[in-house]
Amino acid sequence: MTVPLILEMTDIAKSFGSIPVLKRVSFDLRKGEVHALMGGNGAGKSTLMKILTGVYSRDGGTVKIEGQTVDLYGAKGAERAGVAMIFQEFSLVQTLTVAQNIFLKREPRFAGTPFINGAEMVRQSWAILDELGVDIDPDALVSSLSVGYMQIVEIAKALSKKARVLIMDEPTSSLSEAETSALFELVGRLRASGISIVYISHRMAEILSLCDRVTVMRDGQTVMTENCADLSVSRIVEAMLGAGNAASFAWKDRHVPQTARPVVKVRNLRLDKRIEDVSFDIREGEIVGLAGLMGSGRTEIAETLFGRRKAVSGEVIFDDAPVTSQADAIERGIALVPEDRRKFGLVLEHSVGANIILPNLARFTRRLFVQDAAASQVVQDTIRDLSIKTDGPEKLSRLLSGGNQQKIVIGKWLVRAPRLLILDEPTIGVDIGAKSEIIDTVRAMADKGTAVLVISSELEELMAISDRILVLHSGRIAQSVNRRDIATEEELHHAIQGHKHTAPARGAA
Amino acid sequence: MQSKDINTPPPRAALPKVQLQNYVVYIFFAVVLAFFAITIGDKGFLSVTNLFNIARTTAMITVIAVAMTFVISAGELDLSVGSIAALSALTCGLVMQAGFVWPLAVMAGLTAGLIVGSMNGFFVTVIGIPSFLVTLGMMQFVRGLDMRITYTNPIAISNPTYNSIFGSGSLFGIPSLLIWSVAVALLGFVVLKYTGFGRQILATGGNRMAAEYSGVNTRRIKFAAFLLSGAAAALAGLLYTGMMQTARFNFGEGAELMAIAAVILGGTSLFGGKGTILGTFAGSLLIGTINNGLIIMGLDVSEQMMVAGGIIILAVAFGKKPSN
Repeated sequence: MTVPLILEMTDIAKSFGSIPVLKRVSFDLRKGEVHALMGGNGAGKSTLMKILTGVYSRDGGTVKIEGQTVDLYGAKGAERAGVAMIFQEFSLVQTLTVAQNIFLKREPRFAGTPFINGAEMVRQSWAILDELGVDIDPDALVSSLSVGYMQIVEIAKALSKKARVLIMDEPTSSLSEAETSALFELVGRLRASGISIVYISHRMAEILSLCDRVTVMRDGQTVMTENCADLSVSRIVEAMLGAGNAASFAWKDRHVPQTARPVVKVRNLRLDKRIEDVSFDIREGEIVGLAGLMGSGRTEIAETLFGRRKAVSGEVIFDDAPVTSQADAIERGIALVPEDRRKFGLVLEHSVGANIILPNLARFTRRLFVQDAAASQVVQDTIRDLSIKTDGPEKLSRLLSGGNQQKIVIGKWLVRAPRLLILDEPTIGVDIGAKSEIIDTVRAMADKGTAVLVISSELEELMAISDRILVLHSGRIAQSVNRRDIATEEELHHAIQGHKHTAPARGAA
Repeated sequence: MQSKDINTPPPRAALPKVQLQNYVVYIFFAVVLAFFAITIGDKGFLSVTNLFNIARTTAMITVIAVAMTFVISAGELDLSVGSIAALSALTCGLVMQAGFVWPLAVMAGLTAGLIVGSMNGFFVTVIGIPSFLVTLGMMQFVRGLDMRITYTNPIAISNPTYNSIFGSGSLFGIPSLLIWSVAVALLGFVVLKYTGFGRQILATGGNRMAAEYSGVNTRRIKFAAFLLSGAAAALAGLLYTGMMQTARFNFGEGAELMAIAAVILGGTSLFGGKGTILGTFAGSLLIGTINNGLIIMGLDVSEQMMVAGGIIILAVAFGKKPSN
């Protein structure tokens, strides 16, 4: 290869206590390359990146940046080496302006004085933002920006520190479609200007279209490094899972009889702003996927079904009677696995067991007292059935990986054997192994007669799990398609984009 | 149902890691006791009379702190408890002074506490004002009310039955105030640890949104916590009254801070979601013991306050989890 390497990590080893998490891992990055780093949770990606950003010290191996061996001692060391992490959970100060954030603790001063030169700071911010080709006002408060713009400010901050290697961790997980494509353009420009990017994501399609090379890690080792051009989704999945484990991502043609009775009937639902007129049914044992752009009102529909939100007009009929409140919904067997599990799904500081019991307290309470023996049996069963990887029911849920946390949220509702299960983005930040397990679990529930609504931005996931897919567009259900009538992900993609101007040629009006 | 074989790690048989932070209050308690036993053991610190004396004088704080544990575990704070104690004392005193039987006076006092507690609960859960502000205002308002009721005049309580049950009496040689505080602590312990209500308190404080999405009516839970706190503060007021054989407007001044200190010393998280009544009980006794010991050592009030404050900060500092 003629392209020079900017970063070489060789034989990196790291153990926590007696447990080796990285076993002689090697990873390199070319100048002006976008290099995807993939792997299940616990594969060692974040440990490797924490070594690169100086958060952890390595036990062995060398790191070279532009041929020079570097120490990477602490955050300062990484900064000096030109490595910057673009945080998944944004690390900007919300109450300060864009410019103040970019130059935080490095504010330009009036010559020879300790006083900050605000005008100069804003001028330099303009320069950086212009270079990035984004239209953000340096005087705007960060809290007034959308998540996508916040991320761009993060990038601007890193570049202002002369970073040459950026690490992006799930950068699109909370971005809308439009923001995502804006970010991709930006990544393209950064690449053209010689910045190198380590791109961590679970989203295959994104990686294949954006990245130059892919490295897959498993069990603390790199198992594959390939050019993107030579790769397919199934090859990556295979590498991540190990041999012969990719099967359950495939769609299964489940037979739901046309005569199965509808569990929920949504009629002419209208919610403020985004949802104008939505009607659909979900039958017993049916898995219905709800596709639509982020911000199209999908979550709002879920919350209405769950009784947390009042419809402006229209109704939700569940088992022949309208849902009157969230308490009513739960009582009658509706369960919601919410979008943001850390915020809405789990009490992170409480144990796995306590979280599983929480929605089922009434069932385990006799004369005010919680029957811990009975409850702990159910907790054990749930942990086993969903193969939640935990040292035990008493372990704090905060300490589990994303996938296992999500299994707790699903498990706590599973205990109630719900009639209707709503899953809102169930596999965000969930590694591939856990993802296929979750899909299996959902299928098993549907087989027992539970009606399921799955909301997801990942078409691949919808294609794998759904019997029928509803496409939400402009506040209405634009299409309801049987999964067996859709051949490729691309077809679904076009349906979702609808008649948007940005739709690719095939769908142009 | 799973087709795949997931290598679940076998449950580890290793002993659970002992987290020193969870026991810091007991360690401090032991150290303080030992220190006083050595230095002033010969001055009567270790006598049964004095130990009972510690238990009696801390009873009010213990009672308030037990309920405060619920409020703090639910992610809220109640600063109005000291003022409520005096309001309950005065209400009870006035009703007895008017010639009614003491049980009715007790009911009246507790009702006063429940009314203020429900007002706190209303403003926090229905109007949505942070509890720190609501109860700060309520503390002032009720203390003003306390002063206004009798124009700061004390009400003497001469009913011997009342004074015995709520103050100076004893059962099988155990002071009634100690019995009250142990009973309340036991009740609180059982409710927080073993009832559905207790679990919902902790879930609400741990993550209010997640609790709601799991079907917990967090407003009702918080409201109940403030009711509990109001009732406990009122009971504490009745105990002050029985002990002093008087009802005074200034009962419970500063009690809210002592109670919060006891709760936090005990290991309850100031941010909610984690509460321990045993710890609170120990925290309250620790504060009481320090005060008692310092008095016997002959320190004056100003010095006592400085030392006690210093020890509280030290204990909380030791109990803090190492931040990463």
